[in-house]
Order: sequence, then C-alpha cells, then structure tokens
Amino acid sequence: MLTSFLEADLPMIEAPEIEYALLAPLFIVTGVAVLGVLVEAFWPRSSRFLVQTVLAVLGIVAALVDTVVVYTDLDRVDSALKARGQVAGEGALSVDGPGVVTWGLLLVFGLLSMLLFAERRLEGGLSAFTGRAADAPGSASEAEAVKMRIEHSEIFPLAMFALVGMMLFATANDLLTMFVALEVLSLPLYLLCGLARRRRLLSQEAALKYFLLGAFSSVFFLYGIALAYGYAGSFELSAIDTAVTNRTGSENMLLAAIALIAVGLLFKIGAAPFHAWTPDVYQGAPTPVTAFMAAGTKTAAFIALTRVFYVAFGGSQWDWRPTIVAIAIITMFLGSVVAVSQTDVKRMLAYSSIAHAGFLLVGFVGVYAGVAGSDRVTSVSSILFYLAAYGLASIGAFAVVTLVRDSGGETTHLSKWAGLGKTSPMLAGSFAIFMLSFAGIPLTGGFIGKWGVFSAAYSGGFWWLVIVGVLMSALAAYFYVRVIVLMFFTEPVGDGPTVAVPSLLTTVVIVVAVVGTLGLGILPGPVLDLAQHAGAFVR
Amino acid sequence: MLDLQWLLIAIPLASGALLLVWGKESDRFGHLIGTAASAASFVLGAIMFAELLGENAEERSHAVSLFTWIDAGRFHVEMTFVFDQLSALFVLLITGVGTLIHVYSIGYMAHDERRRRFFAFLNIFIAAMLTLVLAGDYLVLFLGWEGVGLASYLLIGFWQHKPSAAAAAKKAFVVNRVGDLGMALAIMLMFAQFGTSAIEAVNAAAPGATDTVTTSLGLLLLLGACGKSAQVPLQSWLLDAMEGPTPVSALIHAATMVTAGVYLVVRSNAIFDASEVARNAVIVVGLVTLLAGAWIGCAKDDIKKALAGSTMSQIGYMMLAAGLGPAGYAFAIFHLITHGFFKANMFLGAGSVMHGMDDDVDMRHYGGLRSMMPVTFATFGLGYLAIIGVPPFAGFWSKDKIIEAAFGQNFWVGLGALLGAGVTAFYMTRLMIMTFLSEKRWREEVHPHESPRVMTWPLIALAALSAVGGILLLGDWVSEWLEPVVGHAEHHELAVPAIVLTLIITLVVAVGVVAAVVFYRREPIAAETPSSVSIFARAGRHELYGNELNEAVVVRPTRHLTRFLVWLDGKGIDGFVTGVADRLGDTSQFLRKPQTGLVRSYALTMFGGVAIIILCLLAVTLA
Repeated sequence: MLTSFLEADLPMIEAPEIEYALLAPLFIVTGVAVLGVLVEAFWPRSSRFLVQTVLAVLGIVAALVDTVVVYTDLDRVDSALKARGQVAGEGALSVDGPGVVTWGLLLVFGLLSMLLFAERRLEGGLSAFTGRAADAPGSASEAEAVKMRIEHSEIFPLAMFALVGMMLFATANDLLTMFVALEVLSLPLYLLCGLARRRRLLSQEAALKYFLLGAFSSVFFLYGIALAYGYAGSFELSAIDTAVTNRTGSENMLLAAIALIAVGLLFKIGAAPFHAWTPDVYQGAPTPVTAFMAAGTKTAAFIALTRVFYVAFGGSQWDWRPTIVAIAIITMFLGSVVAVSQTDVKRMLAYSSIAHAGFLLVGFVGVYAGVAGSDRVTSVSSILFYLAAYGLASIGAFAVVTLVRDSGGETTHLSKWAGLGKTSPMLAGSFAIFMLSFAGIPLTGGFIGKWGVFSAAYSGGFWWLVIVGVLMSALAAYFYVRVIVLMFFTEPVGDGPTVAVPSLLTTVVIVVAVVGTLGLGILPGPVLDLAQHAGAFVR
Repeated sequence: MLDLQWLLIAIPLASGALLLVWGKESDRFGHLIGTAASAASFVLGAIMFAELLGENAEERSHAVSLFTWIDAGRFHVEMTFVFDQLSALFVLLITGVGTLIHVYSIGYMAHDERRRRFFAFLNIFIAAMLTLVLAGDYLVLFLGWEGVGLASYLLIGFWQHKPSAAAAAKKAFVVNRVGDLGMALAIMLMFAQFGTSAIEAVNAAAPGATDTVTTSLGLLLLLGACGKSAQVPLQSWLLDAMEGPTPVSALIHAATMVTAGVYLVVRSNAIFDASEVARNAVIVVGLVTLLAGAWIGCAKDDIKKALAGSTMSQIGYMMLAAGLGPAGYAFAIFHLITHGFFKANMFLGAGSVMHGMDDDVDMRHYGGLRSMMPVTFATFGLGYLAIIGVPPFAGFWSKDKIIEAAFGQNFWVGLGALLGAGVTAFYMTRLMIMTFLSEKRWREEVHPHESPRVMTWPLIALAALSAVGGILLLGDWVSEWLEPVVGHAEHHELAVPAIVLTLIITLVVAVGVVAAVVFYRREPIAAETPSSVSIFARAGRHELYGNELNEAVVVRPTRHLTRFLVWLDGKGIDGFVTGVADRLGDTSQFLRKPQTGLVRSYALTMFGGVAIIILCLLAVTLA
C-alpha cells in the first residue's frame, strides 16, 4: 500500500527555483536579524548591546560588499535604455540595476543609522532608546531601569528587519510581495518610534499615530492590490502591464487600483495630502530612528512607487501623470511653506522631507526613459541620485540634532540654536552644508540632485513644472538659509544649549555625510554615471 | 636686439615693483634705481632705434609674441609687442623725456619722505606707457592704457594728505573711465566684427568693413582718445591734475598719458581712413579743444594751470592733424614730439620757479624772476619761443605744418588753427611777462633762488631739444619715416604758396605777442586777481564752465537717479521682498492649522485625499 501510494501518479511538486547568489544581500540581512533575535534570547545582558552593534554593522557591511558583487555580475548594458538583471525568486523579486543600486543606498543609510543607534556617550553611557519600554513614563520603575542601566538592545534586530523590508520593497516584482515588504519595513519602525529615552510620551504618541495611519494607508494599498488583481488577474507587475497595455479589463477598476495603490505609496514617501503623520512622527521618534526613516523609508518607498508606476501602470501614464503633477506641486508648496513657521528643528526637517518628496515627484512624473545616443539623465537615475544626496544630508542633519543638547536632552527648539556658529563652528558648519544641500545650492549634492530631477522632467515634456519647481526651491531656500542665519549671524541666547562631545560613531556619521554631500556636489560624475548606467527596471 | 622690446617695458616695471616692495633701507638710493631703470630703457630704445635706422624701410616692423594671453573659444589674444617706426619714436620720447624728468625729480622731491614710492610710480607710469605704444594687440594696448590710468591716479594723488589732490586723482580716474568705456567697446566691436583684436589684423580688415562699423569704431576710439588726451568733452580732469607734484605734470603733459589719445588715432589710421565721419569728428574735437585750451590759458593766473590749458590746446593741434588723415598723421606725431620737448621743458621750468617761490603757483606773486633764476629763465624762454612758433625753434616747424595741412583740408579749419596760434602767442607771452619780466610782486617771506644743478641740467637738455627739435623735419624725414605705418600723404595744393602762409602764421604770432606786451606792460600787474574782468576772462577762469556743465549734465542727474534707485530699492524692491516673506509667513501659519496633532483629523485628511485622487483620475480619463 505504501509503495502503491508512492508510485501513484501524483503531480510532481517542483521545488521553487531561488537564485541564492543574486538574493544573497537580502539573506544576509535577514540572517543577521534572526541571529540578533537569538542573541537577544541567549547572550548575557552585560555585553549584549555591543554584540548586537557589531553584528548589525558587520552584517550590513557584508551585505554591502555582496551587493557590489551582485551589481557587477548583472549583465552589462551601455545605456540607460535597457534593463539589466533579471526577475528572481519565482517572479517575486526583480534584481535589476535600479533595484541593486537602491540596495546599496539603503545599506549605506542603514550602516550610518546603526552607528547613530549605537552612540552611547551622549546619555552618559546609555543609548538614545528607553531602557525598559514597558515602564510608564516618569514612573519609579523607569528611574530604576536607568539606575540599573538596562537597555533595549532589540533595536538592532528590529532595524535589521526594517532594513530587509525596505530592500524587499524596492525590488518587489509583484504586488503581494510588495505589501509584505511594506509591512516588514513598517512594523519594526512603529516599535522603534516609541522607544525614545527622553520625552517618552511624545515618542509613544508618535508611534501610535504612525501605526494607526500606516495601517489606514495599508488598507488602501491592499484594496488597490485587490482591484489590480481583479483587473489583470495577476499580482505580477509585468502581467498587469500586459493587461494595461491591452486594455482588457474595466477602465474604472484600473483607475481605482492606481489611485489606491498610489495612496499607499504616497503615504510612505510623505507626499501631500498624506503627509500629516510626518512632522509628528519625525519629531517624536528617537532622532537616530528619524534619520533612518527619513533616508531609508523614503528611498525604498520612492523606488517602489517608481517601479509600480513605470512597470505595471506605464501603459496608462497619461491617466495618472496629471494627478501626480498636482500632487507634486501641492507637496512642494506645502512642505516649503509650512516649514517656514516651524520652531522645532526636527519638525522643520520633516517638512523639508515633505518638500523633497515633491521635488522627487517632479523627476518621477517626467517618466523620461532616455533616448538612444543621448546621455540625458533619465527619471530613474535622477531619482536615484536625488535620494543619495537627500539621504546623506538627512542622516547628517539628524546626527547634528542629536548633539545639540541641554539638561532635558536634545534642544530642538530653533531659538536655542541661535549663535551656534559662534560656539561650535564645526558642528554648525556641517549643519549649514546639509541645509545648503537641501536648498540645492551649487557645490552640494542637493544641487546636482535638483538639476537631475528637473532635467528629467524637462526631457519628459514638463518644462512648466520645472519652472514651478525652481520657484518652489527658491521658496524652500528661505527656511534653510534662515537656519544658517540663525546659527551664524544671531547672538547666542543666554541659556544656550551645550554641544555634547560625541563618540567616534556620530563623528564618523557627520564626517561621512559632509564629505558625501560635498563630494556629490563637486564630483557628481561617478555616482551620476552609476545611476545612469543602472538602466531601466526589468519587467 | 630688435626683439627685445619686452625688455623696454620689463626694466622700469621690475624697478617699480622692486621699489615698492623693498623696505626703508632703500630710501637712500631708491630714486637712483628708478632713474637708472628709466635711463637703461632709454639706452636700449636708442640702440634699437639705431638698428631700425639701418634697415630697409619696409622691414622696420618687428613683432614679438611672448605668449598666448587669452585663449578661450574663438577669442585668442597673443601678448604681442611691435617695435616699428611709430612706436620707436614714442619709445625714445617716453624714455628720453621720462629719464630727464626722473633726474629732475631727484632734486624736486629731495625733501619728500615718500620719494622712493614716487619713483616707483614714475617707473610704473613709464612701463605702462611703453606697453601702450608697443602693444601689437588692442587688448594689450588696453592693458597699458589702464596701467597709465592707474599710474596717473597714483601720481596725481601722490600728496594724498591734501584733500584737493585726492579729489583730483579721483576725478582724473573717473573721467578717464568714460573714455576707457569707449575703448573697451571698440575692442569688443572689433572682436565681434573681425574676430580679432590684433592691431595689424584690424587695420587690414578695416578698409573692407562697412561704413557703420568703421564709423562706430572710429567714434568709440575717439571717445577713448578724448579721455586720455583731455579733449573736449572729457577735458575737465586735466587742470585739476595739476595737484600732483610738478614732475608728474610734466610727465603727463609731455611724454605720456595725454599723447596716448593721439597715438591711438594714428595707430588706428586704417579705421579713420575708412570713415569720413569719424575723421571729421576728430577734426572738430581737435579744433574745439585747441581754441578752448588757448582761451583757458589766457585767463589762468596759476602758472601750472595756464600751462595745462596750453597742453589741451597743443594736443588739440595734434588731434586736428590726426583727423586730417594721411596728410596729417606724420605732423601730429611730429608736433607731439616737439611738444614733448618744450612742454616738459616749461613744466619743469615752472616747477623750478615754484621751487624758488616756496611752492606758490600764482603768477601774480611772481615778476622779475629773470635775474634771480637765469638758467630757468633762459631755458623757459627757449621753450616759449618754441611753443609760440618762432622760427627756427621746434614748435615753428611742427605747428606750421599742421596749419598748412588744415588749410589744405578746409579754409575754416585752417583759420581756427591760425587763430589758435595767435592766442598761443598771447597767453605764453603773458605768462613770460608775469613770471620773469614785469616788476617784483613777491610775498615778503619769499626769497627766490635758482634751483640745484640736478634740476637745471634736465632743463638745459630739454631747452636744447626745444631749440633744435625741428631738424626731424629736415628733408621731410618724419613723413618718410612714418610713411610705412600711416600711409602715403597726398600733397594738397594751397591757394597761396606755402612760404606766404608761413609768413602769415608768423605775422599772426607776432600780433599775439605784441598784444600781450601792450596789454601787460601798459600798467603794473595787480598782485591780486582782479575781480572786475570781462566775461571772456571770467569764462576762461572757470575753464569755460566745463565742470559746471559736467555737474549739471552728469553729476546732478546721476545723483538724483541714485537717490531714486535707493528709494526704489528700499521701498519698492525690499518692500516687495519683505512683503513676500510676510505673506509667506501668513500662509505658513494658515496652512499649519490642519496639523492639529489629532490622528482622527489626519485620517480624515487622508480619506479626503483618496477621494480627490480617484476623482482626479476619473476626470482626466473622461476629459
């Protein structure tokens, strides 16, 4: 009987074919995250934080090295017109030029963020994260936790899970994988947001808000996926593309799918009118987490948005481009204008990140894929470069924020920053460089980034949007320069903040960010070439 | 040797730089280095000139390109220097007279504690002027042009502790800027039209260019020339420039600076040959200036200002000659050279007088200095005879030729030039009488005395040149020498024989002299400037109201415009900008209101956003 069962003519279940070599960076980060959980369970508390730090940093470095290997192994193409790389993981992932470059960006941002996570000198030997999240803020047990020097070293595995979620998000080739990736990147971040050591109520409020609104947007995203499936009969981006090109299904269903999927993704990049969470969460979250989110989430979500809209909905771009143009303008305007009246550095940076989402959308809406024989910047490469410049400056700026402190922790009120240039010229100078890059002043990466996205939009036929964009960046320059004026040309207030002396970790982050920001501005060639030669998305 | 023209410039330039950076220990011998540099340049120039003499007439132009100065796209400028017949004469004049002025300055500036710096500036002045005349490209010429402007600024304002000197330096600089603008525009136009600013190439291309181009070029170059040569309407800086030490006045008026404009016109002869309008403009400017300068010269009691008016007038003669085309170029240069001799002579003589009169410049306080300063009187007298054009002194030959050529062009132009000669005789005689001849009117504390040897020797040398400078004309040497550069002159037949014209000119000069003698010997000269004088004298004293005109036409409107612009900037532009910023702040305050911090309102915003996006997409598709 047993043999008959074995010999029965049952259908063969084919083992899924996984391209382990191609996907190794993802496995490395996931493995490190799982290992981190095990370390959390079994390693003695006294040295756990250090072990987790080393593990995370080494893991990211290994993944970064492997990403470079993967990138060089992708089929070489000369121009940006063609795609390089392949669909992998049974159609779930697309390991292509833009995707792998995004991995690289995310891993660099992740590495810098981990260094900020690991900074323990600023709080007298403790991290910026609460020691015992379960304690009520201000309670006796919280004080006890501080006294016992308890720390949550889970932040590292959490961040690693978020990081792998981001990497998946940027390379997801079907909508379901994309949704899973979205949740994998979001859930750890919700937690991390609530773990601030100082101003814990604000931090917990931020976490809850982020969670609620994130869940809300996820629902729209999921509903959009369902409608897209209903329209195309598949989750795969290329299959949806075929359906859109052939116009097989109900037009209204497609439009609704586009709209709802857009909402989910626009929420993550912080575009208006789905930006409302950004200031509250950026302000409340522990600053290292804010840095990680600002750089990482935006990068991953923007590449995901670009991939979905270029690959799956590229055939109906004339339907969605006008709406995205409107969103881009509103986002640029809102971010730039509301930033003017902010009095808190972190909130100001949050609005700045909203404005940058708008500028990125300008490049995105150009949908310029390049022309044979021309070396003009494509939309995808302009976005990649912009994200690199923006991410570096963001992490650097938030790293500076962690250092300007008084007895209550970070002093984020802008008025307290007056005259910082006189007391700490190096620190204020670094911050000024980040501000100039955000404002898009030449010799910083931000300038080349803005030039890139505007150029892509122009090539895509949106010359008037470029004019609007330039006007908006003039508007945005106002509040960036205002901070510089405040730091350098205003007398310090009496009880000004003290600038804490950080350990090597934060110093390295700020130096790398400054060098990177200036390097991208003065010698943009290599990175611009890299982005340009990443090619198009695979389908 | 003929390729060493750069060295002519390099020697005084290096010396000037050295004197400026060397410390106080060089105060004792700095002036000697400066003088030696100028003399070395002169010796080198003389050797090169001698070599040039030995060559065939066609091969006397030697261009050397030191390096490529500017190479940007189509714009290509070589650092070229050309040593040819024209620049050779200028080199000799500049370095020769310049050296004599250096020597004189050793004595004149002996008690000035900044003498070393003065010599540095003199060297730089010489170097800049040499760059100007040796340049083979208009842009290189412009380099020298601006260098001359800078050096004159530094030297006119050398006694910077005097507010009047500082103001005069500033005025000279600013007025010159107007001319420089014309020069700069001309160079740009050359490049736009001919694709080059090399002098030879431009001169070669000019005959083929349209009238509009050559006329514009000519007028722009004339504007530049008016600035440097103090021609109407840019003459106003020249009289104020007398604030500088007297050797500077001599340098500016005789060997450098004011001759630059004449040089420019002669050097650009192809452009002026091609444009009748530009040529006529040069004639008009020259004629007006020569009469205006003579008028001013009649009215001034300040010896240096009277001489300055005379310079204006004489440069006017040169411009007039240059405007006559090939018929006049050589005579313009000839008069420029003879004028360089006798005007340097007289300015240094005036300096010598001032030296003896405790720096008093008012001729009404002079008188009877003949016996007190015999050498100065004798040398000055030779200069006087030369400038008014008494045969056989230098000025006679050159001025005679210009008036003759002017009559060849047009009767009225000739008449104007003739009238100028008479007036020149009048004011120069007046100056001689008031200074050297008439009765003593010295202030009590003044004890006139002859100047030291170091000052009188240059006077003697220059006086000799003033006397015999006319030999350059021997056998029409100057005309033939310059012919390869400025073109062949067709001889004009005059209505009367040349000898008759010469007699007439001499007669007019004699009338001028006699009139002055009658006028100023009849009754004693007042020791104070009389206030009740004719309207002509008053106008002359006010320099024909040139400054008032500038004030009314340029300065006051500019000031009003400035005030208006300041107002516009403050109220209009700043108001707009701050207004925008304020509105931005208001908008910002308004837009942040929805950011309540309440998660339910955020969710509502999102929901509204979703609805709007869906509607937008539908609307786009339906439309």
